Amino acid sequence: MEPKNDKPDATESKVGDSKVVEPRAEEPTPGGPASREAQIVDAKIDRPKIVQPRIDRPTINERKFAKVSRRELLKVAPLLALGAFAIPRFQESLLKKGLGFSDWASALLFRRSHLAPTFADAQVTPFEKFPINGYDVDDPGVIFENWSLTVSGAVQKPGDYKLAQIQALPRIRQNTRHVCVEGWDVIGRFGGARLSDFLNMIGADTSARFLTVTCADDYYESLDMATALHPQTLLCYEMYDQPLTREHGAPLRLSVPTKIGYKQAKYLTDLKVTNVLEKAGYWEDQGYSSFYGL
Amino acid sequence: MSGAIVEIVRTKGEETETVGRAAYEHPLPVRLCHWVNTIALFVMVGSGLQIFRAFPSFGAKIPQKDLLNWPKSFAIGGWLGGALQWHLTFMWIYIATGLIYLVYQLFSGNYRQVLFTHRDIPGVWPMVKHYFFFGPKPEVREPYNPLQKHAYTTVIGLGVLSVLTGLAVWKPVQFSWLAWLMGGFHWARLWHFLVMWAMLAFVLGHLVMVLLHGWNNFVSMLTGWKKDPEY
Repeated sequence: MEPKNDKPDATESKVGDSKVVEPRAEEPTPGGPASREAQIVDAKIDRPKIVQPRIDRPTINERKFAKVSRRELLKVAPLLALGAFAIPRFQESLLKKGLGFSDWASALLFRRSHLAPTFADAQVTPFEKFPINGYDVDDPGVIFENWSLTVSGAVQKPGDYKLAQIQALPRIRQNTRHVCVEGWDVIGRFGGARLSDFLNMIGADTSARFLTVTCADDYYESLDMATALHPQTLLCYEMYDQPLTREHGAPLRLSVPTKIGYKQAKYLTDLKVTNVLEKAGYWEDQGYSSFYGL
Repeated sequence: MSGAIVEIVRTKGEETETVGRAAYEHPLPVRLCHWVNTIALFVMVGSGLQIFRAFPSFGAKIPQKDLLNWPKSFAIGGWLGGALQWHLTFMWIYIATGLIYLVYQLFSGNYRQVLFTHRDIPGVWPMVKHYFFFGPKPEVREPYNPLQKHAYTTVIGLGVLSVLTGLAVWKPVQFSWLAWLMGGFHWARLWHFLVMWAMLAFVLGHLVMVLLHGWNNFVSMLTGWKKDPEY
């Protein structure tokens, strides 16, 4: 508060005292040379120890203040609602809703025209250092001569497709980042056919919502249609310009640079176009995000 | 207007006696955002450390050297998938309280109480001297001293950074420009981690100061009213 407002007490201050601004230091002494004005003020208000600067301040009754304080405290009580997250009965469904909201927002953020960053050959992680991740076995023992991709669902030409038919589609090679949900990442070189070209070939109904795949190791995954149609989404049959090795998912895997690692399913055997997602994916069904777009 | 002084009076018959003073320092939106964000930050840190346990390192996967084997007991979620559920749920609460707070402060003008500006610079050194026991206590004229304003302004900035670095880690494709700004995906992840520690350093200092400044100070963040402020 500005000292110029402290009229009555300021008159009591000693001239030259640098602490004029702190009138509380100056207790009026009985019979002392206090000004008449100050005496009147002091008589009216029985001040105990603390002398306040005498300015017109709003006042509030002690009881009213306690009431106001209590009311204000109650106003912040709604934050206790967050405690619902600590109740085991609600926790699971609340977190599922939260994750669902994140997936919904992720789908909104996804732009089909927005390409994942691609990298120069020099930035690519050497093949030997590309981690091998599987949920079960590194090699489910696919017999390549008998292999085909079984297509079903909302497509005009369902049936079994040989690898040669997929390889006949324009080949795309790209250096993209593979990001694992654990937090590590690796830049790899992937080659294959655009999934969108393949969907075109099989006459898929691209207004359907999902595409699901199953794998030789019983792994299963799903993609939303927007991601399936993304120009960088590949039916991948080669890595580092060589045919896929068994531990990297031979003969055919997904390479989806706009999705998290667990969506890059290996050893594909079946592909289905559908509007109903019975199971989102192996890890998704354990509790991971269904959409997980990068 | 927050910070204005009100006198608390006691009436005995015709006598009116001043028994204290109080100032309304924290409007309701600020208090709500403060506490909800406190809980959200706690969950974000706890679940973030559980997520970190899945790959407790930075840079390339191979060769992986564990930087820090964070104990499970100081983590939330139990496993990576569980921690991600917490993290991806509470981040919305964290972001929402941050946005509501910023918008409220801006439009109410209440930011003037908190925002560190050039006018606060002259008061910094006297306050530092006082805090480190070699200077007198500077006169208190407003709710926050220059160092408090500096700390609060900085931590709001850290909050914004925590969201931006988090977005770069979560969506390195859609927000590839953010990841690029931070020096790439590896750096974004490291920044996200470092911003967390910076915020925890603030929290530690904040808690110490709250303890030192006593009950009235603590209560003011619950009721809005600071009893017997120093100004």
